[in-house]
Amino acid sequence: MCARKRAESDAEASPAADPTAPGAQTARTVLDGPEIQRALTRIAHEVLERTKGAHDVTLLGIPSRGVPLARRLAERVEQVEGRAVPWGSLDITMYRDDLRLAPARALGRTEIPPQGVDGRVVVLVDDVLFSGRTVRAALDALNDIGRPRAVQLAILVDRGHRELPIRADYVGKNLPTSLRESVDVRLAELDGRDAVLLGPARPRPGEEDDR
Amino acid sequence: MRHLLSTGDLSRDEATLVLDTAAELAQVSGRSVKKLPTLRGRTVVNLFYEDSTRTRTSFELAAKRLSADVINFSAKGSSVSKGESLKDTALTLQAMGADGVVVRHPASGAAHRLAGWVDGAVLNAGDGTHEHPTQALLDAYTMRARTGRVEGLRVAVVGDVLHSRVARSNVLLLHTLGAEVTLVAPPTLMPVSVHTWPCAVSYDLDAVLPKTDVVMLLRVQAERMQNAFFPTAREYSRRYGLDRDRLARLPDHAIVMHPGPMVRGMEISAEVADSARSTISEQVANGVSVRMAALYLLLGGS
Amino acid sequence: MTHSSAAHLIRGARLTGRDPADILIRDGVIAEVGPGLSAPDARVVEADGLIALPGLVDLHTHLREPGREDAETVASGARAAAAGGYTAVHAMANTDPVADTAGVVEQVWRLGRESGHCDVQPVGAVTRGLAGERLAELGAMAESAAAVRVFSDDGMCVSDPLLMRRALEYVKAFDGVVAQHAQDPRLTEGAQMNEGVVSDRLGLAGWPAVAEEAIIARDCLLTEHVGSRLHVCHVSTKGSVQILRWAKSRGCDVTAEVTPHHLLLTDDLAESYDPIYKVNPPLRTAEDVQALREALADGTIDCVATDHAPHPAEAKETEWATAAMGMLGLETALSIVQHTMVDTGLLDWAGVAERMSAAPARIGRLSGHGRPIAPGEPANVTLYEADTAWEVDPAALASKSANTPYRGMRLPGRVTATFLRGTPTVLDGKIQ
Repeated sequence: MCARKRAESDAEASPAADPTAPGAQTARTVLDGPEIQRALTRIAHEVLERTKGAHDVTLLGIPSRGVPLARRLAERVEQVEGRAVPWGSLDITMYRDDLRLAPARALGRTEIPPQGVDGRVVVLVDDVLFSGRTVRAALDALNDIGRPRAVQLAILVDRGHRELPIRADYVGKNLPTSLRESVDVRLAELDGRDAVLLGPARPRPGEEDDR
Repeated sequence: MRHLLSTGDLSRDEATLVLDTAAELAQVSGRSVKKLPTLRGRTVVNLFYEDSTRTRTSFELAAKRLSADVINFSAKGSSVSKGESLKDTALTLQAMGADGVVVRHPASGAAHRLAGWVDGAVLNAGDGTHEHPTQALLDAYTMRARTGRVEGLRVAVVGDVLHSRVARSNVLLLHTLGAEVTLVAPPTLMPVSVHTWPCAVSYDLDAVLPKTDVVMLLRVQAERMQNAFFPTAREYSRRYGLDRDRLARLPDHAIVMHPGPMVRGMEISAEVADSARSTISEQVANGVSVRMAALYLLLGGS
Repeated sequence: MTHSSAAHLIRGARLTGRDPADILIRDGVIAEVGPGLSAPDARVVEADGLIALPGLVDLHTHLREPGREDAETVASGARAAAAGGYTAVHAMANTDPVADTAGVVEQVWRLGRESGHCDVQPVGAVTRGLAGERLAELGAMAESAAAVRVFSDDGMCVSDPLLMRRALEYVKAFDGVVAQHAQDPRLTEGAQMNEGVVSDRLGLAGWPAVAEEAIIARDCLLTEHVGSRLHVCHVSTKGSVQILRWAKSRGCDVTAEVTPHHLLLTDDLAESYDPIYKVNPPLRTAEDVQALREALADGTIDCVATDHAPHPAEAKETEWATAAMGMLGLETALSIVQHTMVDTGLLDWAGVAERMSAAPARIGRLSGHGRPIAPGEPANVTLYEADTAWEVDPAALASKSANTPYRGMRLPGRVTATFLRGTPTVLDGKIQ
């Protein structure tokens, strides 16, 4: 019974994840705070455009960092349209395809807005799109909760290297990367500041990292 | 941790993790698809040497909600009743590839022994008069759900402490989680070394009740009378049973718990059992979530 | 038994730990003891650095035959005894059938003689079938070829005070002794281990010290009242020690034994729930262990007895409550006594000879055992190498069973030779 703490399993397990830590000098900022804000604003506008006013939209962030991103998108849509958009979180841990490769993980929160997902346009929100396995798990999780009219995907950074036939509908930044690199998203809500960092890949035995 | 044998093995973080995980998994019970794919392809054996429909079905439902294959292996009508030893049964389960074994056994320590004989995770579903860890976890979960916390709660555990695996598991777990436990029973139903346990001890229920946030009643078996643990059921009930008058001595916010099965009229009166302060049916519902959490945390990873 | 009739010259052994001397054994008796002996016809046994002890005597052995030959036989038990340095063991009566008639005790006695590895002196049951209801034919067993002097219902307590009084009185006629298994049955119904902190935590039914102590106190008073002889088996608690000390100070003719495991092991071992540690009486606390060591040192407890209790593997590979009680002892006793009593400075080797040979022989009225290593005495001699160590491998023991709690432990000292009336039963550490 030794589940790992969620935050650690996502980004902070290794000292190399912290750019201020020794040995992390090679991590460089590819998106700074204002750039992230502008990207989110643009995505919010795209969502409004594509969904014709986002009347049936529900934003569901994938823990951990997808959740504050979903909230920020909801705030931006509300600022533009003057109308609240339901948002929540969808934990995918129990649907992961790599559960047996690591000790049991602590669960993230799932909070579905009271409207539910049936008949809605659900926009899944996550920070990084990599192999696509997280999104695959999210689609399965969503399927067990209800039957949305449509499902779309919003992502802050698409770093490529897909392993499944999945693509994003809304992308903050396309970031071509090598598999020897890692992408770390920092968000003020969880990490104290906004940034996207590109650094050397951290070896994680047995874990398929969807970053 | 590979097994769940005793709540004494759980650190505060681990115990909290079980409760937090259970809180997330509780949502599954409210969905239309009450199932998660997490333990797909894994086999959980319910090995029950004592009749316990409540605990067995709770574990069975928990395992099935996680998509595990569940095999119910009860002692009656099986090779066990033909004299097969626990070890041979364990080796059989091992050969069948059981990933997890949920064991209920009348002998204290049976789960520990089993853990030494099988590769899979062993979940103690009650061993003799030793422990019943998932019961204590669901009790703590229920307290947290009802009162918002466990730390600092004043919990009175009343009844046959000496023979109670529920009491042992609860004392250890609640102490770990920072609750203040007081055991209340006639001295004959207290272990001789109870003063070394991390809890207070009282023989006077009426004195304890006003300073109690949670009162947990333990089943008192009438056959204890034969061994002179107390003179009569009537006297026990009069001194230690929770009836309406005693209920009134509790603070207004206090809740009443019972691990079941209850003996109405003995340790608890019918109107107390059915009152709004009773969490007895919540405990049953919470049991499934807590057991899902335990199964996931033990079997869900590598 | 190839050297049975040969003379042996043991060279340079330290007699009960004192200065080195030679021991010449001829025709089953000790011919000479002294420095620089020579005997051209004798086979020389180099014993430089070894300790010579009178052959050990066990007052309390379970050999399981008749009835449970899968666990031990008289022959296998006698080999185990020889390997442990014993030349005589008392075989307890709780066999199947129970040794409660002259026929059964003679059978056991004969099997022991046939084995040739160790004298097997049967213990007779006090009550028929160990049922605690009616006296067995104690006189017939005393007069049999086995000449029984020790009577015990061991495994069961003679709990009826009147029956115990009668037994104590009756055995006076033939200088017998009643060896009591002190365990109040009502206070220990369903008991699994020492009652205390550990049993309460483990949820195993407690076995209170008072269940032993109350019977010992009662029996000491009864013994004093009727002027008989009482022996207390496997004393296990500090309170028992205090009662024995008090009884002896009053002049009560009581003797007592302690097992090696009660001198070393404690009840917290049960936390593994491994019934290898399940024994009757149960392992107690460290405080009890210390009191027992001190009592053995000061003579309050007269002797060490193994309570060697072989059980087949399946009797121990089970949950605690259903497991059999008892542990092997013969082949590890001397090492445990060295570890707990000699290496701690509580007892010297002369003390070991007294507690493990002379006293038990005296209590059991075995005239040919427990004698000093001196000219004219029966040549029952054990050679022991104290300055060595060995790791206990259950599979390597001579016993048919493997239920030793010392599995994998490193113990000091090894028996290198045992002579039974001049015949080596163990030589160079190997059973002959």
